[in-house]
Amino acid sequence: MVSFTPSDDQKQLIETIRRFAINDVHPAAHEADEHAELPAHLIETGWKIGLVPTAIPEELGGLGEMSAVTGALAAEELAFGDLSLALSVMSPALFAYPITLYGTAEQREHWLPQFLEESAPRVTAALLEPGIFFDPRELKTSATRDGDKVRLNGVKATVPNAENADVMLIYARDSDNGQIDAYLVQKDTPGVSIEKKEDLLGIRALPTYRLALSDATVDAPCRLGGAVGCDFDTILNRGRVALASMAVGVARAAFEYARDYAKQRVAFGVPIAQKQSIAFMLAEMAIEVDAARLLAWDAAYKLDQGDDVTREAYLAKQYADKAVLEVTDRAVQVLGGYGFIREYPAERWLRNGRGFPMFEGLAII
Amino acid sequence: MTISFEIPENVLSQLEMVKGAAEYVMRPLSRELDENEHARPDQFVQVTWGMMRDMQKRTLDKMANPEAGKKREGVSTATLRLMLMIEMLSWGDAGVYLCLPGGALGGAAIEAVGTPEQKMRFLKRFAEGEVPAWGAMAMTEPGAGSDTSAIRTRAVFDSATNEWVINGEKIFCTNGKLALEESNGLVVVWATIDPTAGRAGMRPFVVEAGTPGVTVTKTEIKHGIRASDTAAIVLQDARIPADNILGSPEVQHGEGSGGFKGAMATFDATRPLVAASALGIGRASLEYVKEVLQANGVEIRYDLPYHKLTALQRDVLEMEAQLKAAYLLTLRAVSLLDHGEPNNLESAMCKAKAGKVITTITQKAVEMLGSIGYTKETLLEKWMRDGKINSIYEGTDQINTLIVARRILGYSSKELN
Repeated sequence: MVSFTPSDDQKQLIETIRRFAINDVHPAAHEADEHAELPAHLIETGWKIGLVPTAIPEELGGLGEMSAVTGALAAEELAFGDLSLALSVMSPALFAYPITLYGTAEQREHWLPQFLEESAPRVTAALLEPGIFFDPRELKTSATRDGDKVRLNGVKATVPNAENADVMLIYARDSDNGQIDAYLVQKDTPGVSIEKKEDLLGIRALPTYRLALSDATVDAPCRLGGAVGCDFDTILNRGRVALASMAVGVARAAFEYARDYAKQRVAFGVPIAQKQSIAFMLAEMAIEVDAARLLAWDAAYKLDQGDDVTREAYLAKQYADKAVLEVTDRAVQVLGGYGFIREYPAERWLRNGRGFPMFEGLAII
Repeated sequence: MTISFEIPENVLSQLEMVKGAAEYVMRPLSRELDENEHARPDQFVQVTWGMMRDMQKRTLDKMANPEAGKKREGVSTATLRLMLMIEMLSWGDAGVYLCLPGGALGGAAIEAVGTPEQKMRFLKRFAEGEVPAWGAMAMTEPGAGSDTSAIRTRAVFDSATNEWVINGEKIFCTNGKLALEESNGLVVVWATIDPTAGRAGMRPFVVEAGTPGVTVTKTEIKHGIRASDTAAIVLQDARIPADNILGSPEVQHGEGSGGFKGAMATFDATRPLVAASALGIGRASLEYVKEVLQANGVEIRYDLPYHKLTALQRDVLEMEAQLKAAYLLTLRAVSLLDHGEPNNLESAMCKAKAGKVITTITQKAVEMLGSIGYTKETLLEKWMRDGKINSIYEGTDQINTLIVARRILGYSSKELN
């Protein structure tokens, strides 16, 4: 039966994150962006919401509930607070979820229990690569088999928290058959080096790095899923739906702020929201936010049904990529001069929103 | 309750039958009925009449015995069914779909604001009998479109005969000719009982076929949906019984603007259905574009990055995402209705979005296929003409955007106009 109402548990989760976003995240987001650093207590509180532990299998002590719909709802709400924070809080999932989905029994038992701890494990994942012709299905980073070892070579971009990670999931293309695999790599592996910390237009509070792999050699069993490998398309699709939901969160933050501003800003004797040119912009922003959200929900729902959602995830992300840019830009416009001032959040949302078409593999549900 | 996009199995199987009618009855008639504006699509009417009559009968039976209906099902699927059926029929032909026998907008208004007695009395003609009947709604006038408070058609009560006397001119009445001249149908006419009261004076009246003084003076020659008649109707001292004014006595005697609010409530239910029609035309166009592109070696894929897509592929993907967005917004508006929840905002949202999307998609489709798109040898140019009406009727895109704006800002029509 078609329904657009979240379950009571989901509503409670949304409410918890929303309160956190409004009370704690919004007041801190400007400083975090300016100083390129997220306050540690926000990351801790975000971790304690418990998204990742919920998804860890029951036999390992988690709740075994990896719902993409719940993930989409949480991702939107966290990004409504702040995109850097949302990406940071959900980044342990970049490591934990693929292992939950495709890890061998050994990999799951070895890596997953630490995600039930008080504080987040020091992990990350590396998919993106530098350059304008990035194609996740045709990665340039190579994995070459050499007896019972695998040699990794290439350069990875926008790897979140790489400096502080002890271990990472690195995606590479098999030199023999072209298949995309993920490898569990300790950061202190010889040949793994951080090239530089990136200086980005947006998501500035999230530390991201460029990572070089030069004959970084791991044991063959470090391949995610062992001999079977992983379903890379599904990992990609889950990532796209997560990012689409985050784009909705950013867009919604911008829309709500612009709406409230327009109702109190007076020009020509009335609130500017009473002028059709402003009111219509706001109405169109509201429609685009809702439309983007429904596309993300539809893809998430089908993920939970076990369907192949390559089309749905692609369309959801493509739509959200455009919607978030349009909506955040309109928010800046509604704020006029204030939209251009960094003290006000609209321009930050525009800078964050602009990143989505480039983002890939930075989040997962 | 949980988020779900699952369409029930029985709705899908019913849709398969509708698809058959759309594909094998409507599509072959499309061009001919477009060329011969207002020719009644008899073959289509014959095929669909029985089904529509039975549907109306079930609705009336439920009205007569509401308890039995309630026990059978928790959440209704009635509007969802209707939405998907209309989408499918409009995929077949949007103009022909409008000729579906039944009460249409007139019936919807009666269902929304009529008393139980009125519903039985007026809707029965759509639920039984040997010949089809049509309903229509007459709101627009030469001087009153989106601004319905400017309606000048006047209803005066004649206590000597216990009748309403109506005078005025209505235009752009969809199916007006089918309702008044080609069947024993009816038209819901909006008229004012107090020209100084604006919207508060507006009331809906049921004017039945054969009423003296009611004349169809013109059927418009149109850009699209040419299979459907769009009538001008003149009412000259048209006398109708006292109890043909729709609604309870409170509504009739103008407690607040009850009558007008009733009309607006009708729109909350019908706007998503107009959006559904737009979606069907959009899907027809998009499917055809993809078919032609594929025949010419252009495959639409969902696994390529931006730089590996041609401009043509990008256009198709954008059209597809936009159409899907409009579909999901419509599905939401419909689902709220089936759950018995208010949907004024969502209904206006889906209509505004669908109107814009269908216009863009169909116009783009003609452009993309070049000389194939622009010729009458295919239906693409017709779908572009048919699509445009969805931006205009049942509230223009602008009016629907205005409603969305008022809702999200919490403004009344006085505060934002």
